[in-house]
Amino acid sequence: MTGSRQIPVAEGLFTWPSDEPRLIGAQCADCGLVRFPVGSACQRCGGTDATDKLLSDRGTLWTFTTQDFRPPSPPYDGADTATTFQPYALGYVELPGEVMVEARLTEPDPARLAIGQPMRLAIVPYSVSADGTQVMTFAFAPAGEESSARAAAREA
Amino acid sequence: MEAVIVGVGLHPFGRFPGKSAMDLAAEAVRAALDDAGVGWPQVQAGFVGSLEVYNPDAIVGRLGLTGMPLRGVFNGCATAGTALAMAARAIETGEHDLAIAIGMDKHPRGAFAADPSVAGLPSWYGQTGLFLTTHFFGMKINRYMHDHGITHQTLAGVAAKNFRNASANENAWRRTPLSVAEILGSPVLNYPLRQFMYCGPDEGAGAVVLCRADQAHKYAGRPVRVRACALRSRRIGAFELQSPSLPVAEHAPSPTVDASREAYEIAGIGPQDVAVAQLQDTDAGSEIIHMAENGLCKDGEQERMIADGETEVTGRLPVNTDGGLIGNGEPIGASGLRQIHELVRQLRGTAGARQVAGEPAVGYAHLYGAPGVSAVTILST
Repeated sequence: MTGSRQIPVAEGLFTWPSDEPRLIGAQCADCGLVRFPVGSACQRCGGTDATDKLLSDRGTLWTFTTQDFRPPSPPYDGADTATTFQPYALGYVELPGEVMVEARLTEPDPARLAIGQPMRLAIVPYSVSADGTQVMTFAFAPAGEESSARAAAREA
Repeated sequence: MEAVIVGVGLHPFGRFPGKSAMDLAAEAVRAALDDAGVGWPQVQAGFVGSLEVYNPDAIVGRLGLTGMPLRGVFNGCATAGTALAMAARAIETGEHDLAIAIGMDKHPRGAFAADPSVAGLPSWYGQTGLFLTTHFFGMKINRYMHDHGITHQTLAGVAAKNFRNASANENAWRRTPLSVAEILGSPVLNYPLRQFMYCGPDEGAGAVVLCRADQAHKYAGRPVRVRACALRSRRIGAFELQSPSLPVAEHAPSPTVDASREAYEIAGIGPQDVAVAQLQDTDAGSEIIHMAENGLCKDGEQERMIADGETEVTGRLPVNTDGGLIGNGEPIGASGLRQIHELVRQLRGTAGARQVAGEPAVGYAHLYGAPGVSAVTILST
Protein backbone atom coordinates (compact mmCIF):
# COMPACT_ATOMS: atom_id res chain seq x y z
CA MET A 1 0.00 0.00 0.00
CA THR A 2 1.12 3.55 -0.66
CA GLY A 3 -0.15 4.81 2.65
CA SER A 4 -3.47 6.23 1.43
CA ARG A 5 -6.26 5.43 3.83
CA GLN A 6 -8.89 2.90 2.75
CA ILE A 7 -12.36 2.43 4.23
CA PRO A 8 -15.12 -0.03 3.29
CA VAL A 9 -18.27 1.44 1.71
CA ALA A 10 -20.29 -0.19 4.52
CA GLU A 11 -19.59 -2.18 7.66
CA GLY A 12 -20.58 -5.84 7.77
CA LEU A 13 -20.35 -6.44 4.01
CA PHE A 14 -16.94 -8.12 3.85
CA THR A 15 -14.05 -8.89 6.18
CA TRP A 16 -11.62 -6.01 5.87
CA PRO A 17 -8.79 -5.37 6.13
CA SER A 18 -7.71 -8.92 5.43
CA ASP A 19 -5.27 -10.81 3.22
CA GLU A 20 -8.08 -13.25 2.42
CA PRO A 21 -11.21 -11.08 2.44
CA ARG A 22 -14.58 -12.79 2.34
CA LEU A 23 -18.15 -11.60 1.84
CA ILE A 24 -20.29 -11.81 4.96
CA GLY A 25 -23.57 -13.58 4.22
CA ALA A 26 -26.12 -15.23 6.45
CA GLN A 27 -27.81 -18.60 6.60
CA CYS A 28 -31.45 -18.80 7.66
CA ALA A 29 -31.84 -20.78 10.90
CA ASP A 30 -35.26 -22.00 9.80
CA CYS A 31 -34.87 -23.08 6.15
CA GLY A 32 -31.12 -22.93 5.52
CA LEU A 33 -31.21 -20.47 2.62
CA VAL A 34 -27.96 -18.55 2.23
CA ARG A 35 -28.26 -14.83 1.47
CA PHE A 36 -26.10 -11.77 0.95
CA PRO A 37 -25.94 -9.25 2.53
CA VAL A 38 -26.93 -10.37 6.04
CA GLY A 39 -30.22 -8.42 5.95
CA SER A 40 -33.04 -8.87 8.38
CA ALA A 41 -35.19 -11.72 7.05
CA CYS A 42 -35.10 -14.78 4.82
CA GLN A 43 -36.56 -14.19 1.36
CA ARG A 44 -37.82 -17.78 1.16
CA CYS A 45 -39.53 -18.30 4.51
CA GLY A 46 -39.51 -14.87 6.16
CA GLY A 47 -37.55 -16.27 9.11
CA THR A 48 -35.65 -13.67 11.12
CA ASP A 49 -33.17 -15.99 12.87
CA ALA A 50 -29.92 -16.44 11.00
CA THR A 51 -26.23 -17.04 11.54
CA ASP A 52 -23.49 -15.12 9.77
CA LYS A 53 -21.65 -17.11 7.15
CA LEU A 54 -18.40 -16.18 5.41
CA LEU A 55 -18.99 -16.93 1.74
CA SER A 56 -16.64 -18.65 -0.67
CA ASP A 57 -14.24 -16.27 -2.41
CA ARG A 58 -14.43 -18.27 -5.65
CA GLY A 59 -17.25 -18.88 -8.08
CA THR A 60 -18.29 -18.79 -11.71
CA LEU A 61 -19.78 -15.96 -13.75
CA TRP A 62 -23.51 -16.66 -14.32
CA THR A 63 -24.21 -13.55 -16.38
CA PHE A 64 -22.89 -10.01 -16.77
CA THR A 65 -23.50 -6.59 -18.31
CA THR A 66 -21.72 -3.26 -18.42
CA GLN A 67 -22.42 0.25 -17.17
CA ASP A 68 -21.29 2.54 -19.96
CA PHE A 69 -22.61 5.87 -18.66
CA ARG A 70 -22.20 7.47 -15.24
CA PRO A 71 -25.09 6.28 -13.05
CA PRO A 72 -27.49 8.90 -11.69
CA SER A 73 -25.92 10.55 -8.66
CA PRO A 74 -27.20 10.34 -6.01
CA PRO A 75 -27.36 7.51 -5.19
CA TYR A 76 -24.07 6.74 -7.05
CA ASP A 77 -21.18 8.43 -5.21
CA GLY A 78 -18.11 7.65 -7.32
CA ALA A 79 -15.60 10.54 -7.30
CA ASP A 80 -15.70 10.68 -11.11
CA THR A 81 -17.65 13.04 -13.37
CA ALA A 82 -19.57 12.36 -16.57
CA THR A 83 -16.32 13.14 -18.43
CA THR A 84 -13.89 11.13 -16.31
CA PHE A 85 -16.27 8.20 -15.72
CA GLN A 86 -14.79 4.84 -16.64
CA PRO A 87 -17.27 2.15 -17.72
CA TYR A 88 -17.40 -0.91 -15.50
CA ALA A 89 -18.92 -4.35 -15.72
CA LEU A 90 -21.08 -6.16 -13.21
CA GLY A 91 -22.59 -9.58 -13.00
CA TYR A 92 -23.89 -12.44 -10.91
CA VAL A 93 -21.24 -14.81 -9.60
CA GLU A 94 -22.42 -18.24 -8.53
CA LEU A 95 -20.69 -19.37 -5.34
CA PRO A 96 -21.17 -23.16 -5.53
CA GLY A 97 -23.65 -24.52 -3.02
CA GLU A 98 -24.10 -21.09 -1.43
CA VAL A 99 -25.62 -18.17 -3.28
CA MET A 100 -25.40 -16.04 -6.44
CA VAL A 101 -23.99 -12.61 -5.64
CA GLU A 102 -24.41 -9.46 -7.74
CA ALA A 103 -21.12 -7.56 -7.88
CA ARG A 104 -18.96 -5.24 -9.87
CA LEU A 105 -16.34 -7.02 -11.98
CA THR A 106 -12.75 -5.82 -12.24
CA GLU A 107 -12.68 -6.49 -16.00
CA PRO A 108 -14.70 -3.79 -17.82
CA ASP A 109 -14.44 -5.22 -21.35
CA PRO A 110 -17.37 -7.54 -22.22
CA ALA A 111 -15.22 -9.18 -24.89
CA ARG A 112 -12.94 -10.42 -22.11
CA LEU A 113 -15.77 -11.83 -20.00
CA ALA A 114 -17.57 -15.12 -20.59
CA ILE A 115 -20.50 -16.81 -18.90
CA GLY A 116 -19.17 -19.76 -16.89
CA GLN A 117 -15.66 -18.41 -16.35
CA PRO A 118 -14.03 -18.80 -12.91
CA MET A 119 -14.00 -15.67 -10.75
CA ARG A 120 -12.39 -14.68 -7.49
CA LEU A 121 -13.33 -12.05 -4.91
CA ALA A 122 -11.35 -8.80 -4.85
CA ILE A 123 -11.78 -5.75 -2.65
CA VAL A 124 -11.28 -2.67 -4.83
CA PRO A 125 -11.54 1.11 -4.54
CA TYR A 126 -14.51 2.57 -6.41
CA SER A 127 -14.39 6.15 -5.09
CA VAL A 128 -12.11 8.61 -3.32
CA SER A 129 -13.31 11.08 -0.73
CA ALA A 130 -12.14 14.70 -0.57
CA ASP A 131 -9.28 13.90 1.85
CA GLY A 132 -7.91 11.17 -0.41
CA THR A 133 -9.41 8.25 1.48
CA GLN A 134 -10.24 5.40 -0.88
CA VAL A 135 -13.70 3.90 -0.52
CA MET A 136 -13.55 0.14 -1.02
CA THR A 137 -16.19 -2.24 -2.29
CA PHE A 138 -16.32 -5.91 -3.24
CA ALA A 139 -15.88 -7.08 -6.79
CA PHE A 140 -15.00 -10.24 -8.66
CA ALA A 141 -11.99 -10.66 -10.90
CA PRO A 142 -11.45 -13.29 -13.59
CA ALA A 143 -9.64 -15.98 -11.59
CA GLY A 144 -6.76 -16.09 -14.04
CA GLU A 145 -6.03 -12.47 -13.27
CA GLU A 146 -6.51 -12.71 -9.54
CA SER A 147 -2.94 -11.96 -8.59
CA SER A 148 -2.69 -8.86 -10.78
CA ALA A 149 -6.12 -7.57 -9.69
CA ARG A 150 -5.24 -8.04 -6.03
CA ALA A 151 -1.89 -6.44 -6.57
CA ALA A 152 -3.56 -3.52 -8.30
CA ALA A 153 -5.99 -3.14 -5.43
CA ARG A 154 -3.12 -3.03 -2.93
CA GLU A 155 -1.09 -0.67 -5.04
CA ALA A 156 -3.94 1.76 -5.65
CA MET B 1 -71.21 -10.14 -14.55
CA GLU B 2 -68.51 -9.73 -17.19
CA ALA B 3 -66.87 -6.33 -17.68
CA VAL B 4 -66.50 -4.86 -21.16
CA ILE B 5 -64.52 -1.86 -22.36
CA VAL B 6 -66.73 0.74 -24.03
CA GLY B 7 -64.35 3.67 -24.20
CA VAL B 8 -60.64 4.29 -24.61
CA GLY B 9 -58.73 7.55 -24.63
CA LEU B 10 -55.06 8.38 -24.96
CA HIS B 11 -53.01 11.52 -24.74
CA PRO B 12 -50.07 11.12 -27.14
CA PHE B 13 -46.82 9.96 -25.51
CA GLY B 14 -43.71 12.16 -25.73
CA ARG B 15 -42.58 15.48 -24.27
CA PHE B 16 -45.11 18.25 -23.67
CA PRO B 17 -43.47 21.31 -22.08
CA GLY B 18 -45.92 23.48 -20.18
CA LYS B 19 -48.48 20.71 -19.73
CA SER B 20 -48.79 18.91 -16.41
CA ALA B 21 -49.39 15.17 -16.06
CA MET B 22 -52.85 16.04 -14.79
CA ASP B 23 -53.53 18.08 -17.95
CA LEU B 24 -52.55 15.09 -20.10
CA ALA B 25 -54.74 12.76 -18.06
CA ALA B 26 -57.78 15.06 -18.22
CA GLU B 27 -57.51 15.02 -22.02
CA ALA B 28 -57.24 11.23 -22.06
CA VAL B 29 -60.27 10.88 -19.79
CA ARG B 30 -62.37 13.24 -21.95
CA ALA B 31 -61.39 11.22 -25.03
CA ALA B 32 -62.39 7.95 -23.33
CA LEU B 33 -65.71 9.44 -22.17
CA ASP B 34 -66.40 10.71 -25.70
CA ASP B 35 -65.58 7.28 -27.12
CA ALA B 36 -68.05 5.69 -24.71
CA GLY B 37 -70.62 8.43 -25.21
CA VAL B 38 -70.95 9.19 -21.50
CA GLY B 39 -70.39 12.16 -19.25
CA TRP B 40 -68.12 12.23 -16.20
CA PRO B 41 -71.07 12.39 -13.74
CA GLN B 42 -72.20 8.93 -14.96
CA VAL B 43 -68.90 7.31 -13.94
CA GLN B 44 -69.50 5.55 -10.63
CA ALA B 45 -65.97 4.58 -9.58
CA GLY B 46 -62.38 4.72 -10.74
CA PHE B 47 -58.77 3.71 -10.19
CA VAL B 48 -55.88 6.00 -11.05
CA GLY B 49 -52.12 5.37 -11.12
CA SER B 50 -48.96 7.49 -11.40
CA LEU B 51 -45.34 7.42 -10.26
CA GLU B 52 -44.59 11.13 -10.37
CA VAL B 53 -47.94 12.58 -9.31
CA TYR B 54 -48.35 12.37 -5.55
CA ASN B 55 -52.14 12.72 -5.63
CA PRO B 56 -53.32 11.51 -9.04
CA ASP B 57 -56.85 11.28 -7.62
CA ALA B 58 -56.84 15.10 -7.56
CA ILE B 59 -57.80 14.82 -11.25
CA VAL B 60 -61.43 15.01 -10.09
CA GLY B 61 -60.77 18.75 -9.79
CA ARG B 62 -60.38 18.90 -13.59
CA LEU B 63 -63.32 16.63 -14.42
CA GLY B 64 -66.02 17.45 -11.89
CA LEU B 65 -66.33 17.00 -8.15
CA THR B 66 -69.06 14.38 -8.17
CA GLY B 67 -68.04 12.61 -4.97
CA MET B 68 -67.38 9.33 -6.76
CA PRO B 69 -64.80 6.96 -5.20
CA LEU B 70 -61.49 7.31 -7.10
CA ARG B 71 -58.74 5.11 -5.68
CA GLY B 72 -55.01 5.54 -6.27
CA VAL B 73 -53.07 2.41 -7.23
CA PHE B 74 -49.39 1.71 -7.84
CA ASN B 75 -47.41 -1.35 -8.92
CA GLY B 76 -44.41 0.15 -10.73
CA CYS B 77 -44.46 -0.62 -14.45
CA ALA B 78 -47.53 -2.84 -13.88
CA THR B 79 -49.56 0.06 -12.40
CA ALA B 80 -52.00 0.35 -15.30
CA GLY B 81 -52.64 -3.39 -15.17
CA THR B 82 -53.78 -2.92 -11.59
CA ALA B 83 -55.94 0.11 -12.41
CA LEU B 84 -57.69 -1.81 -15.19
CA ALA B 85 -58.04 -5.00 -13.12
CA MET B 86 -59.58 -3.13 -10.19
CA ALA B 87 -62.03 -1.28 -12.46
CA ALA B 88 -63.03 -4.56 -14.13
CA ARG B 89 -63.40 -6.21 -10.72
CA ALA B 90 -65.68 -3.39 -9.52
CA ILE B 91 -67.98 -4.24 -12.45
CA GLU B 92 -67.67 -8.03 -12.12
CA THR B 93 -68.63 -8.02 -8.46
CA GLY B 94 -71.70 -5.94 -9.21
CA GLU B 95 -70.52 -3.08 -7.01
CA HIS B 96 -70.66 -0.60 -9.89
CA ASP B 97 -72.12 -0.44 -13.41
CA LEU B 98 -69.68 2.03 -14.98
CA ALA B 99 -66.03 2.44 -13.93
CA ILE B 100 -62.87 4.06 -15.24
CA ALA B 101 -59.14 3.26 -15.17
CA ILE B 102 -56.75 6.22 -15.51
CA GLY B 103 -52.97 6.42 -15.78
CA MET B 104 -50.66 9.42 -16.10
CA ASP B 105 -47.01 10.32 -15.79
CA LYS B 106 -44.46 12.98 -16.66
CA HIS B 107 -40.90 11.79 -16.06
CA PRO B 108 -37.71 13.84 -16.21
CA ARG B 109 -35.18 12.87 -18.90
CA GLY B 110 -32.69 10.06 -18.39
CA ALA B 111 -32.47 6.86 -16.40
CA PHE B 112 -34.70 6.57 -13.35
CA ALA B 113 -32.79 7.68 -10.27
CA ALA B 114 -33.87 6.86 -6.75
CA ASP B 115 -32.43 6.00 -3.39
CA PRO B 116 -32.20 2.20 -2.91
CA SER B 117 -34.26 2.57 0.26
CA VAL B 118 -37.37 3.02 -1.92
CA ALA B 119 -36.94 -0.65 -2.84
CA GLY B 120 -35.88 -1.78 0.63
CA LEU B 121 -32.21 -2.04 -0.37
CA PRO B 122 -29.10 -0.86 1.50
CA SER B 123 -27.38 2.44 0.64
CA TRP B 124 -24.11 0.84 -0.56
CA TYR B 125 -26.05 -0.83 -3.39
CA GLY B 126 -26.72 2.61 -4.86
CA GLN B 127 -23.41 4.24 -3.84
CA THR B 128 -21.36 1.61 -5.69
CA GLY B 129 -23.40 1.89 -8.90
CA LEU B 130 -25.46 -1.31 -8.72
CA PHE B 131 -28.94 0.23 -8.31
CA LEU B 132 -29.91 0.63 -11.96
CA THR B 133 -32.82 -1.42 -13.27
CA THR B 134 -31.24 -1.42 -16.74
CA HIS B 135 -28.48 -3.72 -15.39
CA PHE B 136 -31.05 -6.45 -14.94
CA PHE B 137 -32.25 -6.21 -18.53
CA GLY B 138 -28.68 -6.40 -19.85
CA MET B 139 -27.83 -9.36 -17.64
CA LYS B 140 -31.03 -11.28 -18.34
CA ILE B 141 -30.82 -11.02 -22.14
CA ASN B 142 -27.06 -11.72 -22.09
CA ARG B 143 -27.71 -15.03 -20.33
CA TYR B 144 -30.72 -15.72 -22.57
CA MET B 145 -28.67 -15.14 -25.73
CA HIS B 146 -26.03 -17.54 -24.36
CA ASP B 147 -28.61 -20.22 -23.52
CA HIS B 148 -30.92 -19.91 -26.54
CA GLY B 149 -28.82 -18.66 -29.45
CA ILE B 150 -30.33 -15.19 -29.85
CA THR B 151 -28.11 -12.80 -31.83
CA HIS B 152 -27.36 -9.07 -31.61
CA GLN B 153 -28.94 -8.77 -35.07
CA THR B 154 -32.24 -10.06 -33.65
CA LEU B 155 -32.16 -7.55 -30.80
CA ALA B 156 -31.76 -4.79 -33.38
CA GLY B 157 -34.50 -6.33 -35.54
CA VAL B 158 -37.01 -6.03 -32.70
CA ALA B 159 -36.12 -2.39 -32.06
CA ALA B 160 -36.34 -1.59 -35.79
CA LYS B 161 -39.81 -3.17 -35.95
CA ASN B 162 -41.05 -1.13 -33.01
CA PHE B 163 -39.72 2.16 -34.43
CA ARG B 164 -41.32 1.23 -37.78
CA ASN B 165 -44.67 0.56 -36.08
CA ALA B 166 -44.38 3.82 -34.15
CA SER B 167 -43.84 5.73 -37.39
CA ALA B 168 -47.39 4.70 -38.38
CA ASN B 169 -48.83 5.74 -35.02
CA GLU B 170 -49.86 9.39 -34.64
CA ASN B 171 -49.73 9.05 -30.82
CA ALA B 172 -46.19 7.65 -30.66
CA TRP B 173 -43.07 9.49 -29.46
CA ARG B 174 -40.24 8.03 -31.58
CA ARG B 175 -41.71 8.25 -35.07
CA THR B 176 -38.52 8.15 -37.13
CA PRO B 177 -37.77 4.67 -38.46
CA LEU B 178 -34.26 3.38 -37.67
CA SER B 179 -32.46 0.64 -39.58
CA VAL B 180 -30.89 -2.44 -38.01
CA ALA B 181 -27.48 -1.00 -38.94
CA GLU B 182 -28.25 2.33 -37.24
CA ILE B 183 -29.43 0.52 -34.11
CA LEU B 184 -26.33 -1.72 -34.03
CA GLY B 185 -24.22 1.42 -34.51
CA SER B 186 -25.64 3.21 -31.45
CA PRO B 187 -23.57 3.23 -28.24
CA VAL B 188 -23.74 0.32 -25.82
CA LEU B 189 -25.45 1.35 -22.58
CA ASN B 190 -25.52 -2.00 -20.79
CA TYR B 191 -23.96 -4.79 -22.84
CA PRO B 192 -25.45 -6.23 -25.04
CA LEU B 193 -28.11 -3.49 -25.04
CA ARG B 194 -27.53 -0.32 -27.06
CA GLN B 195 -29.09 3.12 -26.87
CA PHE B 196 -31.70 2.51 -29.59
CA MET B 197 -32.70 -0.84 -28.08
CA TYR B 198 -34.08 0.87 -24.95
CA CYS B 199 -37.30 2.70 -24.24
CA GLY B 200 -37.01 6.06 -22.49
CA PRO B 201 -39.05 7.60 -19.69
CA ASP B 202 -41.42 10.26 -21.08
CA GLU B 203 -44.90 11.75 -20.64
CA GLY B 204 -48.39 10.56 -21.45
CA ALA B 205 -51.78 9.48 -20.16
CA GLY B 206 -54.50 6.96 -20.88
CA ALA B 207 -58.03 6.15 -19.74
CA VAL B 208 -60.38 3.20 -20.20
CA VAL B 209 -64.14 3.17 -19.49
CA LEU B 210 -65.74 -0.16 -18.54
CA CYS B 211 -69.34 -1.25 -17.97
CA ARG B 212 -71.43 -4.38 -17.35
CA ALA B 213 -71.61 -6.52 -20.46
CA ASP B 214 -75.42 -6.52 -20.37
CA GLN B 215 -75.48 -2.71 -20.44
CA ALA B 216 -72.94 -2.24 -23.24
CA HIS B 217 -75.70 -1.36 -25.72
CA LYS B 218 -76.31 1.87 -23.80
CA TYR B 219 -72.88 3.22 -24.78
CA ALA B 220 -71.39 4.42 -28.04
CA GLY B 221 -68.09 2.53 -28.09
CA ARG B 222 -68.07 -0.92 -29.67
CA PRO B 223 -67.54 -3.20 -26.64
CA VAL B 224 -64.45 -5.32 -26.13
CA ARG B 225 -64.61 -8.06 -23.50
CA VAL B 226 -62.20 -8.21 -20.56
CA ARG B 227 -61.52 -11.94 -20.37
CA ALA B 228 -58.81 -12.01 -17.70
CA CYS B 229 -56.63 -9.79 -15.51
CA ALA B 230 -53.83 -11.36 -13.51
CA LEU B 231 -51.00 -9.88 -11.46
CA ARG B 232 -48.19 -11.84 -9.83
CA SER B 233 -45.11 -10.94 -7.81
CA ARG B 234 -41.81 -12.78 -7.96
CA ARG B 235 -41.23 -16.12 -6.30
CA ILE B 236 -38.07 -17.23 -4.54
CA GLY B 237 -35.63 -18.53 -7.15
CA ALA B 238 -36.77 -16.23 -9.98
CA PHE B 239 -34.03 -14.18 -11.67
CA GLU B 240 -35.26 -10.72 -10.72
CA LEU B 241 -34.08 -7.15 -10.66
CA GLN B 242 -32.85 -5.32 -7.57
CA SER B 243 -31.48 -8.55 -6.08
CA PRO B 244 -28.10 -8.24 -4.32
CA SER B 245 -28.16 -12.04 -4.16
CA LEU B 246 -30.22 -14.92 -5.51
CA PRO B 247 -30.46 -18.59 -4.49
CA VAL B 248 -28.23 -21.04 -6.37
CA ALA B 249 -30.02 -24.36 -6.38
CA GLU B 250 -33.57 -23.13 -6.61
CA HIS B 251 -35.13 -21.82 -9.78
CA ALA B 252 -38.59 -20.39 -10.42
CA PRO B 253 -39.95 -18.76 -13.57
CA SER B 254 -40.47 -15.02 -13.90
CA PRO B 255 -43.71 -13.60 -12.47
CA THR B 256 -44.61 -13.04 -16.13
CA VAL B 257 -44.94 -16.81 -16.56
CA ASP B 258 -47.13 -17.08 -13.47
CA ALA B 259 -49.39 -14.16 -14.45
CA SER B 260 -49.62 -15.42 -18.03
CA ARG B 261 -50.66 -18.95 -17.06
CA GLU B 262 -53.22 -17.63 -14.62
CA ALA B 263 -54.69 -15.26 -17.21
CA TYR B 264 -54.97 -17.96 -19.89
CA GLU B 265 -56.69 -20.23 -17.39
CA ILE B 266 -59.19 -17.58 -16.26
CA ALA B 267 -59.95 -16.64 -19.87
CA GLY B 268 -60.18 -20.19 -21.17
CA ILE B 269 -58.02 -18.93 -24.01
CA GLY B 270 -54.66 -20.37 -25.08
CA PRO B 271 -51.56 -18.73 -26.54
CA GLN B 272 -52.45 -20.17 -29.96
CA ASP B 273 -55.61 -18.01 -29.94
CA VAL B 274 -53.76 -14.70 -29.47
CA ALA B 275 -54.09 -12.58 -32.61
CA VAL B 276 -52.21 -9.49 -31.47
CA ALA B 277 -49.95 -8.96 -28.43
CA GLN B 278 -48.56 -5.95 -26.56
CA LEU B 279 -45.54 -7.09 -24.55
CA GLN B 280 -43.40 -5.06 -22.14
CA ASP B 281 -40.43 -3.99 -24.29
CA THR B 282 -38.42 -1.97 -21.80
CA ASP B 283 -35.66 -3.01 -24.19
CA ALA B 284 -35.48 -5.20 -27.28
CA GLY B 285 -34.24 -8.15 -25.23
CA SER B 286 -37.26 -7.96 -22.95
CA GLU B 287 -39.66 -8.29 -25.88
CA ILE B 288 -37.80 -11.39 -27.07
CA ILE B 289 -37.81 -13.02 -23.63
CA HIS B 290 -41.44 -12.04 -22.98
CA MET B 291 -42.59 -13.73 -26.18
CA ALA B 292 -41.54 -17.06 -24.65
CA GLU B 293 -42.51 -16.24 -21.06
CA ASN B 294 -46.05 -15.43 -22.22
CA GLY B 295 -46.31 -18.79 -23.98
CA LEU B 296 -46.31 -17.29 -27.48
CA CYS B 297 -43.25 -19.29 -28.62
CA LYS B 298 -40.58 -21.62 -27.31
CA ASP B 299 -37.24 -20.34 -26.00
CA GLY B 300 -34.96 -19.72 -28.97
CA GLU B 301 -37.69 -19.70 -31.63
CA GLN B 302 -37.60 -15.90 -31.61
CA GLU B 303 -34.43 -15.92 -33.70
CA ARG B 304 -36.26 -17.40 -36.69
CA MET B 305 -39.57 -15.65 -35.98
CA ILE B 306 -38.00 -12.16 -36.03
CA ALA B 307 -35.98 -12.99 -39.16
CA ASP B 308 -39.17 -14.18 -40.87
CA GLY B 309 -41.14 -11.10 -39.83
CA GLU B 310 -43.69 -13.11 -37.84
CA THR B 311 -44.08 -10.38 -35.22
CA GLU B 312 -44.58 -7.57 -37.75
CA VAL B 313 -48.06 -6.03 -38.15
CA THR B 314 -48.36 -8.20 -41.28
CA GLY B 315 -47.00 -11.34 -39.58
CA ARG B 316 -48.54 -14.40 -37.96
CA LEU B 317 -48.23 -12.95 -34.43
CA PRO B 318 -48.03 -9.15 -34.45
CA VAL B 319 -46.27 -7.79 -31.34
CA ASN B 320 -46.31 -4.16 -30.21
CA THR B 321 -48.22 -2.92 -33.23
CA ASP B 322 -48.27 0.68 -31.94
CA GLY B 323 -44.50 0.75 -31.43
CA GLY B 324 -44.49 -0.58 -27.88
CA LEU B 325 -42.45 1.11 -25.18
CA ILE B 326 -39.50 1.50 -27.54
CA GLY B 327 -41.61 3.63 -29.87
CA ASN B 328 -43.76 5.35 -27.26
CA GLY B 329 -41.54 5.66 -24.21
CA GLU B 330 -42.74 4.73 -20.75
CA PRO B 331 -44.82 7.09 -18.65
CA ILE B 332 -45.13 4.44 -15.97
CA GLY B 333 -48.67 5.01 -14.76
CA ALA B 334 -50.07 5.21 -18.30
CA SER B 335 -48.02 2.66 -20.23
CA GLY B 336 -50.36 -0.29 -19.75
CA LEU B 337 -53.42 1.73 -20.75
CA ARG B 338 -51.65 2.60 -24.02
CA GLN B 339 -51.45 -1.17 -24.62
CA ILE B 340 -55.19 -1.55 -23.91
CA HIS B 341 -55.98 1.43 -26.15
CA GLU B 342 -54.11 -0.20 -29.02
CA LEU B 343 -55.68 -3.64 -28.48
CA VAL B 344 -59.18 -2.16 -28.37
CA ARG B 345 -58.55 -0.37 -31.65
CA GLN B 346 -57.17 -3.55 -33.19
CA LEU B 347 -60.13 -5.66 -32.01
CA ARG B 348 -62.58 -3.03 -33.23
CA GLY B 349 -60.81 -2.96 -36.59
CA THR B 350 -60.08 0.76 -36.31
CA ALA B 351 -56.27 0.71 -36.05
CA GLY B 352 -55.82 2.38 -39.43
CA ALA B 353 -52.46 2.00 -41.14
CA ARG B 354 -51.30 -0.59 -38.62
CA GLN B 355 -54.52 -2.64 -38.52
CA VAL B 356 -53.82 -6.36 -38.18
CA ALA B 357 -55.58 -8.22 -41.00
CA GLY B 358 -58.15 -10.98 -40.55
CA GLU B 359 -60.36 -9.37 -37.89
CA PRO B 360 -58.29 -10.21 -34.80
CA ALA B 361 -60.48 -11.59 -32.00
CA VAL B 362 -58.07 -11.96 -29.07
CA GLY B 363 -55.67 -9.30 -27.76
CA TYR B 364 -53.01 -9.88 -25.11
CA ALA B 365 -51.35 -7.21 -22.94
CA HIS B 366 -48.33 -7.78 -20.67
CA LEU B 367 -46.48 -5.54 -18.21
CA TYR B 368 -43.36 -6.25 -16.20
CA GLY B 369 -41.18 -4.21 -13.89
CA ALA B 370 -39.56 -3.58 -10.52
CA PRO B 371 -39.43 -5.16 -8.04
CA GLY B 372 -40.39 -8.28 -9.99
CA VAL B 373 -44.09 -7.85 -10.75
CA SER B 374 -46.07 -8.70 -13.86
CA ALA B 375 -49.63 -8.01 -15.00
CA VAL B 376 -51.40 -9.71 -17.91
CA THR B 377 -54.73 -8.70 -19.45
CA ILE B 378 -56.57 -10.71 -22.10
CA LEU B 379 -59.25 -9.03 -24.22
CA SER B 380 -61.54 -10.47 -26.89
CA THR B 381 -64.29 -9.41 -29.23
